[in-house]
Amino acid sequence: MISVENLAVRSGPFSLNGISFDIPTGQYGFLMGKTGTGKTTILEAICGLKPVSAGHICLMGKEVTRLKPALRGIGYVPQDGALFPSMSVRDHLAFALAIRRCVPAAIEQRVRELAAMLDLEKLLPRGPRGLSGGEAQRVALGRALAGRPQVLCLDEPLSALDEETRAEMCGVLRTVRERTGVTILHVTHSLEEARKLADRIFVLKDGRICPEETQIP
Amino acid sequence: MSQPSPAIPAPASARGPSDAPFYIALIVIGSLYVFLILAMLVADASFTSPKHFWQALQSREIRYAIKLSLISCSLTTLLSVWVAVPIGYLLSRFQFRGKVLLDAILDIPIVLPPLVIGLSLLILFQTPLGKAVEKVLPVTYEIPSVILAQFSVACAFAVRTLRATFEQINPRQEQVALTLGCRRSQAFWLVVFPEARRGLITAATLAWARSLGEFGPILIFSGATRMRTEVLPTSVFLELSVGNIEAAVAVSLLMVIAAVLVLVVIRVFGLEKTLGRPL
Repeated sequence: MISVENLAVRSGPFSLNGISFDIPTGQYGFLMGKTGTGKTTILEAICGLKPVSAGHICLMGKEVTRLKPALRGIGYVPQDGALFPSMSVRDHLAFALAIRRCVPAAIEQRVRELAAMLDLEKLLPRGPRGLSGGEAQRVALGRALAGRPQVLCLDEPLSALDEETRAEMCGVLRTVRERTGVTILHVTHSLEEARKLADRIFVLKDGRICPEETQIP
Repeated sequence: MSQPSPAIPAPASARGPSDAPFYIALIVIGSLYVFLILAMLVADASFTSPKHFWQALQSREIRYAIKLSLISCSLTTLLSVWVAVPIGYLLSRFQFRGKVLLDAILDIPIVLPPLVIGLSLLILFQTPLGKAVEKVLPVTYEIPSVILAQFSVACAFAVRTLRATFEQINPRQEQVALTLGCRRSQAFWLVVFPEARRGLITAATLAWARSLGEFGPILIFSGATRMRTEVLPTSVFLELSVGNIEAAVAVSLLMVIAAVLVLVVIRVFGLEKTLGRPL
């Protein structure tokens, strides 16, 4: 479960106060709003990348408001993918487990699982340069999922993709959710993406989560 | 449907003579400077002969200067990169009080006249702190003074290069690494540092080249003692002062060759990609 309660975050002159919402375990939540409303700021606060001035963040029942990003058990996919240029696709999928000093056999098995799920097998030896937008986002998704996080935070992961690739990626995200049961917070301004994937939609407007929060049947 | 409003006519100046004089002026002014650079190099090369060059290399003093230059420049480069990496990373990634002042201080060795740097180092080692250091490790007029004088200037160039390098690396990558389980230091060493490889090589090459050409601070702080603190620029100065112009030119050509090699390395590793602003 992702639970945000009375969150206050400041980012330079921009600030958000009293942000609250919940996404139950295993559900797919969307945080929507116009550009500049602070969606990414909230996502970064949940990931531990932005200091929180007040309020609480609980992930899977654990208070994480002051925890380092590494200890929150999250997977994070930024808008541009932010792949590591000096690493191969295989290295990306292995990164989280290598950091945890897992044995090579376990790392290899996880890499194969993720590559199969995200259709990355043929790309494993390649570097990030030259990957298409959809391929790069699948790699970023695989990298985020490698450590088996219980929460996945996606920051407009489909916004830079063409229509066809976006539709493909929606299918990939649906598969990921079904197979992993991960709780997902997806930030976007695309209602179309939300309609395809969301269990819940939260709309951020004028610095507040609007009361007309929608539960998609 | 309303009619589109009539277009505003182009300015009269656009209908004037062709743009050729403008392009010619650009080419002529640019060519003059390029000619000056090449003419200097050709003059150097034509002033000396392989015989003079060989004779210069046979000189015990000049061989010592070459050896000391190579060793001191390499040590200075290692020191400069070692110091410039943390400073460049700090300046590129963090906002803190006094950052503008720190940035300005780090540029001082670049803008200060070389003789003033030498004089400042000499005075620093006359202070109680400097004298305390001298008791443990003699610096002034000794080999360490050569390295310190070179380092004082070369490090500033390495800092500039590495700061620009780190600024060009997407900080999102480190943030992702943090969420994947990295500590700050791991994110730096595993994600940022490998990507800064080209910038590191450029910074090291620049620091090495700056050190090789450093003369003013060394003359003041280290002296010009043969077989002791003599580096290649000192050799040029000493040979010139005794009227041995052929030897001075031969040593200069050695430095020109080193500078060309540095240029090649910098071009190969893409200085323009790692430096945000001109040096």
